[in-house]
Amino acid sequence: MIEVQSLHKQYGSINAVNGVNFEVNRGEILGFLGPNGAGKSTTMKMITGFIRPTSGTVLVDNIDVQKHPVSVKERIGYMPESGPVYGEMTVEEFLTFIAEVRGFDDATTKEDQIDRVCDLCRLNSVRHQSIETLSKGYKQRVGFAQAVLHDPPVLILDEPTDGLDPNQKKEVRKIIKSMAKDKVVILSTHILEEVSALCTRVIIIAKGQVIADESPESLLQRNKYFNALKLETEDVDLETVKQGLKDLPEVAAAEINDGSLEVFPKNKQSIETLVLKVCRENNWHISKFEKRPVSLDEVFWELTT
Amino acid sequence: MKQILPVFRREFYGYFRSPVAYVFLVVFLVVSSGLTFYLGRFFDSRVASLDSFFTMQPWIYTFFISAVGMRLWAEEKRSGTWELLFTLPIRVKEAVIGKYLAGWAFIASGILLTFPLLFTVGYLGDPDWGPIFTGYLGSILMAGSFLAVCSFTSALTQNQVISFVISVVINLGLVFLGWSVFTNLLGFLPLVWVDALSNFSYTTHFNGFTRGLIVFKDLVFFLSLSAISLLLTVLVLER
Repeated sequence: MIEVQSLHKQYGSINAVNGVNFEVNRGEILGFLGPNGAGKSTTMKMITGFIRPTSGTVLVDNIDVQKHPVSVKERIGYMPESGPVYGEMTVEEFLTFIAEVRGFDDATTKEDQIDRVCDLCRLNSVRHQSIETLSKGYKQRVGFAQAVLHDPPVLILDEPTDGLDPNQKKEVRKIIKSMAKDKVVILSTHILEEVSALCTRVIIIAKGQVIADESPESLLQRNKYFNALKLETEDVDLETVKQGLKDLPEVAAAEINDGSLEVFPKNKQSIETLVLKVCRENNWHISKFEKRPVSLDEVFWELTT
Repeated sequence: MKQILPVFRREFYGYFRSPVAYVFLVVFLVVSSGLTFYLGRFFDSRVASLDSFFTMQPWIYTFFISAVGMRLWAEEKRSGTWELLFTLPIRVKEAVIGKYLAGWAFIASGILLTFPLLFTVGYLGDPDWGPIFTGYLGSILMAGSFLAVCSFTSALTQNQVISFVISVVINLGLVFLGWSVFTNLLGFLPLVWVDALSNFSYTTHFNGFTRGLIVFKDLVFFLSLSAISLLLTVLVLER
């Protein structure tokens, strides 16, 4: 559905985007992760046709953005970062403008579409208020409403939950998820929990290049503590336990750190039942046994620093 | 080209969504009639015509139209809404023309709101309506050219003040070139050159209209100046 081929964007001597390649298909929710200034927004702006790439191509539905920008823009719903909208208009006036530009000429279909997105984004209570008087959460929802007004097959959202409170974040994620089934959704974020909660695929961009492109689960497996165990003992020496465990075929390594033993599995497999069994057989009394919680943060940190 | 309409509509009503439009209209009407009566010595001329009104127009436009036009693109760039606009299925030229026409329509309505002057001259004497009609026509055309220049300077920057200053300089230059006081200063140049230069002036081409003449080359001047400025606007925005 979307193909990005060796996309480059140069600003003077700075390579903002430096050879980005990927493909996204319907049903995928792709999360763009990366430090600030990594080129996420620039890449998105090139997909939407707002910025011209220095080189490379973007195909949406096999249509080249640079050759037929208008037909691509018809297929895309885009929510720019921090949702810039015409503040002096009311929500209703603004959405009417968007509907007219999107080609809903007939008054009833226009009304229907506006009603639909106002219901979806819970904007009914502020429909006749001018946008600049709205709170950040509402403004963000107006930005989202205009992006989905024409029910586009492609949805590109630049930090859709930025600046929202936890409840609003949850709500926006719910809406995105409910819409995603038959669409391509690309969203950028720097909130890692959002990626695990929402995305089916993650692309990490740093210094203008793709450095990881996989599912959130497999990204999590890159964490060196994935499925690793931490043990403390009461009566036996940790060294004995270490010797007993480190030669198991499923165990890759065992290390003693700060009075506890860390056991790393081979191939990221789960080893807790096995280790417990070995401990019981040897009558080692274990006082503490835990699977270390792993997060994307560490993976992200390792990949981008 | 059908996308011009929604852009036009949004922009035109946009003027009236803020108090700026009303302030502008009031000040414009006060200044243009005030200058007609005081600086233009409307009564002293003892002639029932709008000559003194039209003579002031290019000077007033230099400042007033630059003030209207400065926000055309600079404001969109500053607030980021042009990102929204140019990710909608709109061609750059459609957006440029739509916004330009909206501004032009707004200014034209300001010009037409000077209609009480018509009653004044009609009441005071028996004016020749021909030159008044063509004068208004020329005035609106000329306003269009002023605004097109502003559209271009506004596209160059996201700072409205910079846009205002540049457009005042350009427009003032184009007014000066046809002003006798200024052309007299150019006495050291051959007369042909001075004539050629004054051909680039608003005033030179506007004079015909105020005398009741619609001359083809004057029409061409205003329309082509507008077209070129708008084309430059499109080129700047297409980056």
